[in-house]
Amino acid sequence: MKKAFRPDVDAPEYRGTYSPYDILKEGTIAFVVVAILVFALATIFGSPDEPEVTIKAWANGAPIDFAQTALSELNGSSISASYGAPYNHNAPGQQLGPLTLAKWVGVRIPINSAQDFVVGPLEALPNAPQLDQALQQWKSASSSQQSSWLTAATNAEPHFTFQSGTLNLHTTSAGPVPVMISNLEAMARSGALDQSLVNGGNFYTTDYTKPLLFISDSAYLSDLGAKQHLLGTQWGMMNETGSYPGQSWLWLYTFFYQVPPMSTSSNADVEVFALMGLLSLVFVFVPFIPGLRSLPRLTRVYRLIWREHYRDVEKA
Amino acid sequence: MSSAVEQQWTTRLRKKLVVAMPASQLLPDTQPSYVASWIYVFGVTTMASLGMVILTGCVLALEGPVWWHQSSVGHYVNSLHLWSVEVFFFAMVVHLWGKYFMAAWRGKRALTWITGAVTFLVSVGAAFTGYLSQSNFDSQWISTQAKDGINSTGVGGFFNVLNLGQMLMWHIVLLPLGAVVLTGLHVLLVRYRGVVPPFEEKGAA
Repeated sequence: MKKAFRPDVDAPEYRGTYSPYDILKEGTIAFVVVAILVFALATIFGSPDEPEVTIKAWANGAPIDFAQTALSELNGSSISASYGAPYNHNAPGQQLGPLTLAKWVGVRIPINSAQDFVVGPLEALPNAPQLDQALQQWKSASSSQQSSWLTAATNAEPHFTFQSGTLNLHTTSAGPVPVMISNLEAMARSGALDQSLVNGGNFYTTDYTKPLLFISDSAYLSDLGAKQHLLGTQWGMMNETGSYPGQSWLWLYTFFYQVPPMSTSSNADVEVFALMGLLSLVFVFVPFIPGLRSLPRLTRVYRLIWREHYRDVEKA
Repeated sequence: MSSAVEQQWTTRLRKKLVVAMPASQLLPDTQPSYVASWIYVFGVTTMASLGMVILTGCVLALEGPVWWHQSSVGHYVNSLHLWSVEVFFFAMVVHLWGKYFMAAWRGKRALTWITGAVTFLVSVGAAFTGYLSQSNFDSQWISTQAKDGINSTGVGGFFNVLNLGQMLMWHIVLLPLGAVVLTGLHVLLVRYRGVVPPFEEKGAA
């Protein structure tokens, strides 16, 4: 028995005429036209290249923000310190319903913010007797004593000052913390902290995880991002520095961050990823989805595409 | 001896390929008359701009990943690379919408649609890792923002957007390889099945 013809799945057999077609000529012409267009666009508009932010530039440009961020790494309140997987166990991470995907994968890129961003780099500084003494005091103290010092330093945060190249935390009850933060600030302002965080003791490296995490804990970076209209609330995912077109093909992705419930959800990232994953599957499997595969036939947009064909058919 | 030759994998594959894809189908000199719309231009435009993306990327690769920051010639080649990517995506999106409204999966062409759709998704990944590999403020910003989304799925433990070396390798080796192989498969399927005919109306096609 012959199967019934399904207009959204089957195609009619074409019995009409054929026209000459030079596929190689078409490809060559297309390449030449695209090349001319690309050369024209590149010549007229160029491309953006906003220089990278260094820790040195950050510490010199916003010394108080740097000190506050360094303190947040030490007291565990920074974004990195309280992130969870894949960096540490300090938060459960985002959840998709009952699914804690990041937590299941676990800590694969271990980051100890206090050690990696503050104590470790300071330990590498040579010929600093006062700092050595402060570090010794810090490491030999109990965790409750460390907490007490950190609380005093954190309470003094609104009074931090930076004058004539010197950071002052204006607290006398923070133990070795002021010496540690001041030395880290000086190290950062000289550029030595960039090098320390980038290479982590190795000669060659291509991994910028630590310096990027540290910088992204600052208000400095997000202020720069806001000026370049790159924040999430500015649909930044599809924007580019300056006035250049960015990844406009990510419009749907960034759109979902702007609408409820994702716009107010603490699990927005995993929710948007799941939604986009689902929509990507729908996109790939359109030919098999009833309704969606019928829209082209029902909307009849194809009449515009094949208007000459239908005109010829109607004439005949 | 001849029986042994007939049984060879190579011989059997060649025979199958010749039957499935004769030269006149692989490199046709005629096409159905209904292929007469500007929308058809965007398929070959996508291919042409992919060629420009690869060509300009190869020139950038000759001098290394930071050349374009230090040389006006390098910066110009980077501009060519950027704009060929923009043209590539524009052409591909128009091509996709055109094929959707043609219901181009009809007549056993579902795999042609699927390879095209997956090529689009792989290309999004290739472009994304390109933005991460710029080694400037843009890549710092994008990587530190994107990490939260990717980490939330658990993938971040394996695909670390803050690791420039890893992202550069994905951008210049793995994802372009995927895009090119998929594009090749897509084009072969188009040649194998042909361009989808119009919907039948009033009993004629």
